[in-house]
Amino acid sequence: MPLGFDDSAKINEYAHPEVLVSTDWLQANLGAENLVIVESDEDVLLYATGHIPGAVKIDWHTDLNDPVLRDYLDGAKFAELLSSRGIRRDSTVVIYGDNKNWWASYALWVFKLFGHADVRLLDGGRETWISEGRDLTTDVTSITPSEYPVIERDDKTLRAYRDDVLAHLGKPLVDVRSPQEYSGERTHMPNYPEEGALRGGHIPGAASIPWSKAANENGTFKSAADLRALYIDAEALDPATDTIAYCRIGERSSHTWFVLKYLLGFKNVRNYDGSWTEWGSLVGVPIVKGEVRGSWPAVA
Amino acid sequence: MKLTKPAVAVVDDFQSLEPQHRLELLLDFANELPNLPVRYADHPDLLERVEECQSPVYLFVEVTDQRVQLFLTAPKEAPTTRAFASILHSALDQQPVDDVLSFDDDFPSMLGLTELVSPLRMRGIRGMLARIKRQVSEKS
Repeated sequence: MPLGFDDSAKINEYAHPEVLVSTDWLQANLGAENLVIVESDEDVLLYATGHIPGAVKIDWHTDLNDPVLRDYLDGAKFAELLSSRGIRRDSTVVIYGDNKNWWASYALWVFKLFGHADVRLLDGGRETWISEGRDLTTDVTSITPSEYPVIERDDKTLRAYRDDVLAHLGKPLVDVRSPQEYSGERTHMPNYPEEGALRGGHIPGAASIPWSKAANENGTFKSAADLRALYIDAEALDPATDTIAYCRIGERSSHTWFVLKYLLGFKNVRNYDGSWTEWGSLVGVPIVKGEVRGSWPAVA
Repeated sequence: MKLTKPAVAVVDDFQSLEPQHRLELLLDFANELPNLPVRYADHPDLLERVEECQSPVYLFVEVTDQRVQLFLTAPKEAPTTRAFASILHSALDQQPVDDVLSFDDDFPSMLGLTELVSPLRMRGIRGMLARIKRQVSEKS
């Protein structure tokens, strides 16, 4: 049986309150049967220095990516991974992490590619849990391996490939990178020189809305009203129109994808994980430099 | 370009382990980074910020009798960065100036960690190493 939802006032304001829980909710549900807490961080050692009691670790780099092919793990590997973490197909999974849940959102997106029904984020992530003085432990979580079915990954509903993006030109795109990356001043994040592209700029027509604008200083999501003001009022995105989010490799845009799809209830949002490291190096695709969105005729 | 004796030992230690156990060794390094002596702990202004690291990492080099003394600090909340600071401390502290100046810049990629930690962290350790070598050359 899935666990009940967090019905706190803030979370109830979102379009899909069932995908987010507060630290209070998690504290009250620690140890609940059928709940698996997953930590997913940028810093690969953080989990070992202390984690939420009972949490298991899933690493974006070594667990979710294929080591050779630029792709995510397949259905068999996903089943193996989740079994090893004691997650069943009907488990309620709550994911949290460092850096404003950036990698936690990415992990959640991968869970959704495999259609895991009940997977939620912890609002505020690791930082908020710690700042509220809640318990961390270095105890090794004892895991009883589970049976998880082999599910074929769905690469159509929530994921966009470069050809999907080409066909989408003229419809809403959200570029969630820094303003310098958007304008083309930089081809990589200030600290990620090895994940660059050959050209700087953005996909024609993309709105520039850096991912972290959706989060408060402490990593919690902004209120539903603030998010609507940001994405819908200020940037004219439309919940009824197909939208694609991208960044550099698809991690930051998972955060925005989560906001658009679940917190604001956009009907059809896809994450383009090839993102700028692919688009900015592709031969012959259009790009725009500078601060204007630019445009390109829609491909018939 | 070459490695110091302790650096060779560090590389051997990491390479002798299966990848999943390398992270445990990395965590040991994070826990073993020596605290700053009082003269630096009380004077953070004397230390150089390593801008390549996202988390606040600071370092300072002293050269006495042509030997390098290395002081590094990184917060507990950034264990991987702390571990890398600690690895460099093991590899370079108390080593002769010439050995530090000719130390192989590619040392970080010899540890077998590239597949396990994010590129951001690898960039951080390279930044630390470059700054250490620059300070040593300025002070010797």
